[in-house]
Amino acid sequence: MIRAEGLDKTFTLHLQGGVRLAVLRDAAITVRAGECVVLAGPSGAGKSTLLRALYGNYRIDRGRIMVRQDDAMVDLAQADPQTIIALRRATLGYVSQFLRAMPRVAARDIVAETLLARSLEPAIAQRRAAAMLERLGIAPRLHALPPATFSGGEQQRVNLARSFVAAWPILLLDEPTASLDSANRDEVVRLINEVKSAGTAVIGILHDTASRDRIADRTLTLTPAVDDTAALEPA
Amino acid sequence: MTPLLQARGLTHRFGRVPALDDVSLLLRRHEILAIVGESGSGKTTLLNVLSGRLAPQSGDVLFHDGSAALSLAARGEIAVRKLQRARWGYVAQDPRAALRLDITAGGNIGERLMASGARNYAEIRATASRWLEAVEIDPQRLDDLPRTFSGGMLQRLQIAATLVTDPELVFMDEPTGGLDVSVQARILDLIRSLVRRLGLAVLLVTHDIGVARLLADRLIVMRHGRIVEHGLTDQVLDDPHHEYTQLLVASVLPA
Repeated sequence: MIRAEGLDKTFTLHLQGGVRLAVLRDAAITVRAGECVVLAGPSGAGKSTLLRALYGNYRIDRGRIMVRQDDAMVDLAQADPQTIIALRRATLGYVSQFLRAMPRVAARDIVAETLLARSLEPAIAQRRAAAMLERLGIAPRLHALPPATFSGGEQQRVNLARSFVAAWPILLLDEPTASLDSANRDEVVRLINEVKSAGTAVIGILHDTASRDRIADRTLTLTPAVDDTAALEPA
Repeated sequence: MTPLLQARGLTHRFGRVPALDDVSLLLRRHEILAIVGESGSGKTTLLNVLSGRLAPQSGDVLFHDGSAALSLAARGEIAVRKLQRARWGYVAQDPRAALRLDITAGGNIGERLMASGARNYAEIRATASRWLEAVEIDPQRLDDLPRTFSGGMLQRLQIAATLVTDPELVFMDEPTGGLDVSVQARILDLIRSLVRRLGLAVLLVTHDIGVARLLADRLIVMRHGRIVEHGLTDQVLDDPHHEYTQLLVASVLPA
C-alpha cells in the first residue's frame, strides 16, 4: 500500500544561526494491506518526522513515497498540492497527537466532516459520527458541544473518532493511545485491529508497550541520523 | 482541478518601492488560497491587482471563463466591472467602508442583486432576508440601518451582501481584522461553512497565520513584494523552509 525509500530530511533552522539538523538519512519503510508497523527508536530518532513525511506534511529533501491510490501508485514526494489533498481525503488518514479544531464547531460535526468530504449524505454522516463518538466513550450530551472545553483525553478521542469514522487504505497514527485511560485504550486497540482486518495498512508511533504489542506485526527501529545530539521532536 | 484565476509576472512599484516583484500564481476552482506576510509585504497590492481594482505596471491577470482564459486588460474595464458586480465578490477589512450606512441592511444586500439585474422587489426582499439568516442576523433587522449594528454584525452583513449574487470567486482582505477574538471565531466559522457549502474559490489576505491555517488549502508567503514560499498550508506552517516563514511561524503566541 505504501513504499518509501531513500528518504532524507534535514531541517535548517535559520533563526538559530542556520543550524542544520539531519533527521532522516536514507530511511525506508514498506507496509502491506492489513499490516501494522510500529516505529521505534529513541527520542530524536525521527519517528514523528518520518510519519509526517509519509503524510506529506514535512517535505522531504530526497527519496520516493509511493502510495497506492485506487489502482495506480502515486509518488507523494513529487505530487502537487491537489493530489495530496485528494490522497488525504480518502486514501491516507492521519491521527495527530492533538486535536486542532475550529472554535465553534461541534464535536459531532468535526467527526462528520471526514465523511462529508467524501460526499456522504449529511444525515448518514451525522449518524455514523455519533456512533463512533459513543464507541470512544463521548456521551451523546457532549456531541453538540465544541471540544475546546473538553478534557485532554476527550479531545484526543474526538480526534481519533474523526479518523476512525471512515475507512482508509493507509492510516498513520502518532501516539493514538497517549492521554487515554485503560478502557479507552482497549477500545482504540480494538479499532486498530478491526481496520487491519479490513485491509488497512497501519503505521504507528506508540510509547505504550502493552497496546503496541497487541497491534504490531513488525517494528521498525530508527536510529538518529549522523551524530546530531540535539533531539528534534516536532511540537 | 480547473484553473480560475492566474497571475503571470506581476510587477508594480509605488515610487521606488516594489510592491510586487514578478509575482505569478494560480487559483483553481473551489480552492482557498491564503496570502500571508507582514504589512508592506505587498499582499494587499496583490489582492487589488488580482481583483481588477489596480492595473499592474507589468504582467497580467487571466480569468478562466468556461473554456476561454482572457486577461483583465483584454476584457476591458466595463467587462471587469461586470465580473466584480456579480461573479466576483470582495470582502473588505472594514465593513463600514464597504457598506452604505445610510440605507437599510436589506437595501445593502438588495443593491448588489439589483446591480446584477434583479428587478422584482418582493423577491429581492425575500432573498435579502434569507441571507441575513444565513449570516446569523435576525431577519427582523432587515429594515434597520447598519449603523445600529455591532462590528461583528456589520462584517457578517458585508459577507451576506457579497455572497448574495452567488459569486464563484471571492477576495477577502483581512476579513477578521479589527474584530474581538470571540467575534472572529464566529466569522471564521461562518466563512468556512459558507465557502464549503457554496463551493467558492477564495483569495484571502491575512497577516494572521491562525486564520490561514483554519481556512486555506494552500498558502503563499510574501515579503518585499515577492513570493518567498508556497505550498499546502500545513506544509508551509509545520515545515517552513524560508527564513522569513520560520520567523512568522515562531512569532505566534501559542493559544
